[in-house]
Amino acid sequence: MKTSFALFRRSGPIGVATICMLVFGISVFGIVQVLAQNENAGEPKNKKSTYAAMAEVPEKAREKENPFAGDTQAVAAGGKLFEQHCAECHGPKAGGTRKGPSLLREEVQQAAPGTLFWILTNGVVRRGMPVWSKLPEPERWQIVTFLQSLKLQTLTSQRPPE
Amino acid sequence: MAAHVNPTFIRQKVPGLSFLVLILSLLSCRSAVAQESPYIVTYDHYLEEPGSLEVEYFSTFGTQRGGNDFDAFWTEFEYGATAWWTTEFYVDGQTTFDDSTIFTGFRWENRFRLLQREHLVNPVLYIEYENTSGADKILKEVEGHDVESDYAASNAALRKEHDHELEMKLLLSSTFKGWNIAVNPIVTKNLLPSEPWEFAYAVGASRPLALKASPNRCNFCRENFIAGVEMYGGLGDTQSAGLHDTSHYLAPVVAWNLPSDWTLRFSSGFGLNDNSHRLLLRWGLSREFSGFGEIVGRFFGGRP
Repeated sequence: MKTSFALFRRSGPIGVATICMLVFGISVFGIVQVLAQNENAGEPKNKKSTYAAMAEVPEKAREKENPFAGDTQAVAAGGKLFEQHCAECHGPKAGGTRKGPSLLREEVQQAAPGTLFWILTNGVVRRGMPVWSKLPEPERWQIVTFLQSLKLQTLTSQRPPE
Repeated sequence: MAAHVNPTFIRQKVPGLSFLVLILSLLSCRSAVAQESPYIVTYDHYLEEPGSLEVEYFSTFGTQRGGNDFDAFWTEFEYGATAWWTTEFYVDGQTTFDDSTIFTGFRWENRFRLLQREHLVNPVLYIEYENTSGADKILKEVEGHDVESDYAASNAALRKEHDHELEMKLLLSSTFKGWNIAVNPIVTKNLLPSEPWEFAYAVGASRPLALKASPNRCNFCRENFIAGVEMYGGLGDTQSAGLHDTSHYLAPVVAWNLPSDWTLRFSSGFGLNDNSHRLLLRWGLSREFSGFGEIVGRFFGGRP
């Protein structure tokens, strides 16, 4: 510790200012995290805004067709990608968490594949969803295929036994 | 009644306890598979996912004419504060063979995404403060008139120089058909008024070996590998801009994103002129921990 303080002293006013900025930054970060958590406690974060963002998808993007539609291999691959990249926020079964909304809701399940692909590509940055264009286009379509397969799974599980 | 706290106890225990808290926080986090780019010097426009902490260790072996070869290393803590802001803290060190191993400084870097949506070219603003000694050899960026002979002196001589620098980059990056192209113009200012502004560049191109994911978890699937090339070097300074007395490197790069949440990176940089180190052999290991922000928030009293 003594050595560290000596190092800061040698760094002069700029070094001390940097340390102060770091301490201030970390404190602000902690407080912001607490406020954000308390404000959103008990409600899936950004639920309304994220669904509202789907209405902003350009018409041309909505019309894009899923090249993997009906491909069971794509569903499996999309499920793997979902688990790796999306489950952290949207939950392992896409039912939503405090950080991200449910993807089983009507708004998502009835959306055009192109809409989901556009949201994946562009994210909803102002509401905390990052852009996912770093995943190659076919992988994003595989995730869309998986998401749309959840609709069928939900319907099947809801059907009364014959 | 105020409790008496022994200052020696605080001095001895606080750093250890802080480290323990950090380790416990990381253990409490869930790991996440990242799709990391293979670049080591160049930046693309993708930021850390919000709330995630990525811990990275990098090593650079460099050959040195007129001096001893070295191995410079740094540890990065990269945190996604929001979907448009990533902040990073670096700690640097180096071993010069037949000389010594020393701590060479720290850096604090911030990246801000400027546009909400994806575009053909996506700009990100990069601002970094560096507090390093002249013995810093990580070569994370090569600026101004940085040349190989600058690093030839002994560590004892080099560490006498202290640099406080502000570095700014405009990260321009585009992804199309699986290819990522990134261009980073760089401007650096030593905070001493007498020092000139220095210029540099870094460019890179990369692509995953497969664009489609396979249905099963696998270590050696082609989609887990991203290969590319990057080039970086100095462009002089305000007193003497241009390519004379500058060094430049061309480096093939590869990243291996493992399903076990680790990412490995390799790069072999070749000096392109006589002012450059002949070889910069780099490797890095990183792991992403998601949910780190929530854990830290809980330490400050946030709700679980």
